[in-house]
Amino acid sequence: MGGAPSRAPGHAPGPARGRGHVVDLGMPAFPRNAARAVADSQLRFNLRKATHTIRGRRASVVGELPDWMELRAAGKAIKDHTLRNLDRYLLRLERAVTEAGGHVHWAADAAEANRIVAGLVKATGETSVVKVKSMATQEIGLNEALAAEGITAYETDLAELIVQLGDDFPSHILVPAVHRNRAEIREIFLDHMAEWGRPAPEGLSDDPRALAEAARLHLRERFLATKVAISGANFMVAETGTLVVLESEGNGRMCLTLPETLISVVGIEKVVPTWRDLEVFLQLLPRSSTGERMNPYTSTWTGVTPGDGPREFHLVLLDNGRTDVLADEVGRQALRCIRCSACLNVCPVYERAGGHAYGSVYPGPIGAILTPQLRGMGTPLDASLPYASSLCGACYDVCPVAIDIPEVLVHLRGRAPHAPAERAGMRAASWLLSRAGRLAAVQRLAARLRRLIPRRRLPGPLSAWTDTRDIPPVPAESFRDWWDRTEGGTR
Amino acid sequence: MRVALFITCVNDTLFPGTGKAVVSLLRRLGCDVEFPRAQTCCGQMHLNTGYRRDGVRLARRFVEVFAGYDAVVTPSGSCAAMVREQYPRLAHNPHFAAGASVAAGARRLVPTRAGREFAAAVDEVAPKVYDLSEFLVDVLEVVDVGAYFPHRVTYHPTCHSARGLRVGDRPLRLLRAVRGLELVELPGAEECCGFGGTFAVKNPAMSTAMGTDKVRNVLSTGAEVLCAADNSCLTHIGGMLARERGGVRVMHLAEILASTEGRS
Repeated sequence: MGGAPSRAPGHAPGPARGRGHVVDLGMPAFPRNAARAVADSQLRFNLRKATHTIRGRRASVVGELPDWMELRAAGKAIKDHTLRNLDRYLLRLERAVTEAGGHVHWAADAAEANRIVAGLVKATGETSVVKVKSMATQEIGLNEALAAEGITAYETDLAELIVQLGDDFPSHILVPAVHRNRAEIREIFLDHMAEWGRPAPEGLSDDPRALAEAARLHLRERFLATKVAISGANFMVAETGTLVVLESEGNGRMCLTLPETLISVVGIEKVVPTWRDLEVFLQLLPRSSTGERMNPYTSTWTGVTPGDGPREFHLVLLDNGRTDVLADEVGRQALRCIRCSACLNVCPVYERAGGHAYGSVYPGPIGAILTPQLRGMGTPLDASLPYASSLCGACYDVCPVAIDIPEVLVHLRGRAPHAPAERAGMRAASWLLSRAGRLAAVQRLAARLRRLIPRRRLPGPLSAWTDTRDIPPVPAESFRDWWDRTEGGTR
Repeated sequence: MRVALFITCVNDTLFPGTGKAVVSLLRRLGCDVEFPRAQTCCGQMHLNTGYRRDGVRLARRFVEVFAGYDAVVTPSGSCAAMVREQYPRLAHNPHFAAGASVAAGARRLVPTRAGREFAAAVDEVAPKVYDLSEFLVDVLEVVDVGAYFPHRVTYHPTCHSARGLRVGDRPLRLLRAVRGLELVELPGAEECCGFGGTFAVKNPAMSTAMGTDKVRNVLSTGAEVLCAADNSCLTHIGGMLARERGGVRVMHLAEILASTEGRS
């Protein structure tokens, strides 16, 4: 399919600490993206409906388990232990995969991973691949890199298909097309399916069943015709070299079993030591993610099995900035993430901004701590991400591996570049607050001028407050002056 | 028992009425409070915005000023959470700039003397800091404070009191015991109002969008008064209500609890 649309790969990240190359959309800072998003009533409606539905479902199935907090603590402990011994478990994994007939490749960054995958596909002589939904390959911009080498990657997850057909960008980790409603999806199918393969049936309605059937027919042809598949993985079990993918549709299962060659690109933090550890995550993930008690399609594979499934298996282990994150004692907890997206669904900011405002494949609260760590804070957008939160703490409460997202946000704020005017203001406030006498003097001055202070139009950056909110009246007397005058109200 | 009032810089400057209400309420319950005159600010704005050095200076002041008391009461869930939940992490973080240095030739960060002293002071003071509702229910062990407030009230559990301090239903229990008060449930109560400190001016459109939804929920209750245990959040929601002439006034929990018959 030579006419496949391809997205601009985005500009290169600026000077920064993060050494990962995460696809960058080159967008303005978060506040501007969010301001545009909150004015989009259709987007607000779609997102509110979707996030509140999944939020409610998650709350009800999590509430069923009397030992949820113990499971959560276990998930956290397993991940922490594995991350502390990552070198050991990765080598064990490599050995087990190799013994099972697979090939392991190590990729330090996005470019290397893309190069490895493109080379592997080319070696098969094929020019098209089917893809299982995967965050890691989105992160490194694999589809675009393959397109540059003349290889077309076909997304087979329903939501990813919608995003690909619409030449769009995912806006959610679990449901990448959450920003689209079914009327929009119908139009995308009718307008673009033919460019990628079997066209949408004539007279397609926006009935969800009809849309799913159109996607099924379109994808089925693709599955049967394609000899190479690319996946990510939710987990890798070090003891046996087994990879695990959890999905809801079965398209992933098709990709993992039908093709002759399977290439999996997986972040190094996805390893768990044993199958017993996996048991914890198979309970945590579906309940946190889709709000289901059990995951519909859980596929596991260990190397290759003659006469069953792909004949060749390659595992590309991706660093792309992760070892730098691991070196940060506060920030490293972000590597515990199992990509469930519970934090997105509960976040009041994500609910109103949508995923695109975060300018990364990792949106929402987890994106706000992951993207700046992987990519650095060299662009206005990346530097604004740690501030894309009111620190309300809802994300931490729902996180199945107890990532203290507010803690990491504040930690990153300490490393983010600060505007000179803001720095000056903060310095002045700090000077003022470092002596009670100084504070009292300013309070008295404000009390004297209180009738001159406009309650609806403050100057300069403070207008950001008074554009939509009155300020309270300044009292004639501060509390401390009242206390002094009346000896605490006793006189 | 020596009890100190931590008024907070915001209440001290803009809401002295809340402070007076706390003093009169506690005195009515037989508890005298002291007001350490040197107090200013817990440093939350600096610490949460990424100005750790400035924030830590204020945190050091705080633990010095409030050392030696049996309890420190504050009418701000957010400031209480900063001191009780965040100070210990700050003080025990080995990378905390002002508290540790890499000793010559050592591979690990070792705390400096100043850092050790700060950590010790934090460990002494932080656990004794209570939000007003916690102090009333847990320390004074009182739920009915003898208040009278014949109005329809809805309560917004601010994020840092609900998810930071985990005050649970303590404020609601206190409000339910107030004579004449009709408590109406706030839809979507647990959702953030969008204040978030400097978030309100760094992300004004988002902050306003969140506040608009909160205001809509408040108006849907038909309440006359929106109550919360943090004037910062109330300044944001109240500022929007005032701009929209919403006809709902905002009141700190302390002011409702301090109201008695003839004085409401």
